[in-house]
Amino acid sequence: MPGTKAQMNYTKTLAAVVLSGLLLAAAPVLADDAKPAAAAAPAATTTATPAATGDSSPAALPAGSVLVTEEPDIPLQSWSFSGPFGKYDQNQLRRGFQVFKEVCSNCHSAHLFAFRNLDEDGGPEYSAAQVKALAATYQVSDPTAKGGKRAALPSDYWPSPFATEQDARDANGGALPPDFSVLAKARGAERPLLSWMRDIIFAYQEGGPDYIHALLNGFHDQVPANIVNADGTPFKLPAGKYYNDIFPGHAIGMPPPLSDGLVKYAKGEDGSTVPETVEQYSHDVAAFMMWLSEPSLNQRKESGFRVIMFLILFAVIMWLVKRRIWSNVEGH
Amino acid sequence: MATDINLDPTPHATRRDFLYVAAGAVGVVGVGAAVWPLINQLNPDASVLALAAVDFDLTPLTEGQSVTVKWRGQPVFVSYRTQKQIDEAKAVPLSELRDPETDAQRTKAGHEKYLIQIGICTHLGCIPNGPDQGDFDGWLCPCHGSQYDSAGRIRKGPAPKNLVIPPYKFTSDTKITIG
Amino acid sequence: MAEHTSSYAPSNALEKWVDDRLPIIRFSKEHLMDYPTPKNLNYWWTFGGILATMLVIQIVTGVVLAMHYTPEASLAFDSVELIKRDVSGGRILQAVHSTGASMFFLAVYIHIFRGLFFGSYKAPREILWMLGVLIMLLMMAAAFFGYVLPWGQMSFWAATVITNIFAAIPVIGDPLLSLLRGGFAVGNPTLNRFFSLHYLTPFIIAAVVVLHIWALHVPGNNNPVGVDVKSSRDTVPFHPYYTMKDLFGIVVFLIPFAWVVFFAPDILGHSSNYVMANPLVTPPEIVPEWYFLPFYAILRSIDFPILFIDSKLLGVIFFAGSILILFFVPWLDRSKVRSGTFRPLFKPFYWLFVLNFLMLMYLGSQSTTIWWVPVLGKVGVVYYFAYFLIILPLLPRFEVTRPLPASISESVLRPART
Repeated sequence: MPGTKAQMNYTKTLAAVVLSGLLLAAAPVLADDAKPAAAAAPAATTTATPAATGDSSPAALPAGSVLVTEEPDIPLQSWSFSGPFGKYDQNQLRRGFQVFKEVCSNCHSAHLFAFRNLDEDGGPEYSAAQVKALAATYQVSDPTAKGGKRAALPSDYWPSPFATEQDARDANGGALPPDFSVLAKARGAERPLLSWMRDIIFAYQEGGPDYIHALLNGFHDQVPANIVNADGTPFKLPAGKYYNDIFPGHAIGMPPPLSDGLVKYAKGEDGSTVPETVEQYSHDVAAFMMWLSEPSLNQRKESGFRVIMFLILFAVIMWLVKRRIWSNVEGH
Repeated sequence: MATDINLDPTPHATRRDFLYVAAGAVGVVGVGAAVWPLINQLNPDASVLALAAVDFDLTPLTEGQSVTVKWRGQPVFVSYRTQKQIDEAKAVPLSELRDPETDAQRTKAGHEKYLIQIGICTHLGCIPNGPDQGDFDGWLCPCHGSQYDSAGRIRKGPAPKNLVIPPYKFTSDTKITIG
Repeated sequence: MAEHTSSYAPSNALEKWVDDRLPIIRFSKEHLMDYPTPKNLNYWWTFGGILATMLVIQIVTGVVLAMHYTPEASLAFDSVELIKRDVSGGRILQAVHSTGASMFFLAVYIHIFRGLFFGSYKAPREILWMLGVLIMLLMMAAAFFGYVLPWGQMSFWAATVITNIFAAIPVIGDPLLSLLRGGFAVGNPTLNRFFSLHYLTPFIIAAVVVLHIWALHVPGNNNPVGVDVKSSRDTVPFHPYYTMKDLFGIVVFLIPFAWVVFFAPDILGHSSNYVMANPLVTPPEIVPEWYFLPFYAILRSIDFPILFIDSKLLGVIFFAGSILILFFVPWLDRSKVRSGTFRPLFKPFYWLFVLNFLMLMYLGSQSTTIWWVPVLGKVGVVYYFAYFLIILPLLPRFEVTRPLPASISESVLRPART
């Protein structure tokens, strides 16, 4: 029976070829993982791609030095909303909103964030009355209103701290503070090829919050001594910039925005408290920013579970139907 | 057990049919669950629904003044009526009205000096001019000449119905929520 | 059309009335139900049905998205975000459409590789094959136009890089470039016309798919042993055997699709595309979507000139050639044996081609500053073209094929149970 055996062979061979291809591709990544990581990070890290380290380091760098262009390690955090069963922690979103409101929104706009989003399901879930009261404390421009401005309604969007882009740049040394609406999805860590497959299976989508958290904790008063330029000279910070471990090129236009005790958190609904540290603020605001970018996450994952269960059931039934129909065909 | 005589002629058919019926049922549920969002996306989205209700503060209005407020994409006439206009409206006998409604039916108890109505002529949809226009001290539609009185009721011209009163309530003596 | 005569007889007066005027019921029964299909088709043959399903899914979700999308440069990005946030079910509709494009290409590559292994392109199915290559080309165009529409950084710069390809054509290149773009650079005119073309192309694809299935139904399906159908013992009616098997295949295919849509909808995209298009800032890396990577790698690997042809134009020639060469496969492969199953010498070259394609895909995602990327890229290009231009034509001269079964039904029979 040359035919049937050969059919199975195609499938098996295809599987073997694709797997060996992936393993071959993973070889440089696995080899790189064996080297000690450049920045000490106890948790699992996303490694810099072998590309960046492999090519750019010239022979004459002193031992232990780090090239200014090398991609930093970004330690992965655990988030309540990660994975197929993840969802936002309502208390965390409220704290994150508080950080945004009191700190970040002084420079950063969020033009797709409407006040009414605050009482929608799957978010901080304030009450409609609270949202209406909060909105009324902000002014939005309205050409039909007297003086061109009026108190905001829940249907209005978060007003920008600056009237124009140029005003924003002028107030921030020429740099434009990016809008927060989808910023948590506009950032991410470089992931090597094989982890792309693993990321799909574990549904890793938190590269943005991981980056934001790392960035907010990555400020130092002084440039670390081991950061060097390509020619081996110590890296010097340009005027008006601040040193950050994580920001590409290490010179960021934003001064460290957070400090311990900066924001006074209210107790959670269950009476719980959290520490008022940069570490905590950065987690909370990163989670809030993820919610800003992906407000329907809770519902999406919940629907997803039901859809996958349904499809598995349907597949099993169709498999039985197929087998039943084919049972009377000789050779099957 | 006695010999397995197959007294029921179609046991296999029943089991087979059950599987096919189950598959069909699951398939129909799947198709329904897939089609529903495709239809539901046509419904007004969240940003439109957020404007489904509009708040309005009546304090800036002076007696005799009428303003137009946008609600659900339509003009709403909010009028602070003079006593003369109210008295005129109340004095009209119902038998004279094409679309009989008392003045009280068109206002809220205790707030009859405010008349709130959708500013769209019930004939073919133009926006009437007013108040104090036409023969009835109300609104006059420029398109085909419909005339409404000081309670917004049709008195003359082709319109069949009075100007529509939208759903609204007084949240305080001076604030209303329309919708 | 086909050689088989129709056995359809209208079962009631209404059916007869319709049949006399437009034989659509007869046509459906003949081609979708009674149609004799080889009984030994394996699961790689379910991908035709999967592809038809994907086309319907993309068109339906696309039409729905177009009800809410605004194709204007200052409004497009936000309109896509507002679909995800405000439209009922919008996040899922958008995710189905964007993930659907990737699933569509995954299925089409599997479908094409199936054809390459089992000789489905050989006589008398040459036109069927060429229509298929045409469909793939149209899919690439549709995907390219569609990717520009969200107007993120990657959308904008992909449009810039790909339209720049046309500037490589000598003499007419630059005027052609501004003709395509509608301006001196990619901008609002480009976006508007890409929206129109993106809406149009899937319907052209649908028409070519109809021709593709028509061209299939003339000779009938190929099968894993590549032996022609000899009698009705070799076939089963399409319904219910293959309608139900295809449906099973489709449902299974929907599972990883749903996994990505509901749990990782942004994983196949690039985070840079969440930054609004900025003509004055190039993102740190410009990478196409995964399904274009092998061809992108071929384009980038040609970084040297030959004679009077500069490297840019040469790269474009290889890039276009890598797709156009597929049209000629039925004539490049001279083997009299259809299925790779019976061609022991062909098999390792085929699997190397698969590996090579995957390698090119990986290379396309890596930066050319890493030394082995351009080197391996050139190796990949050489093997890619050698497979079609040298290996396939020469193989029949050297290979000893295995004996074919006498018929499909013989190949399918199991040994009798004792």
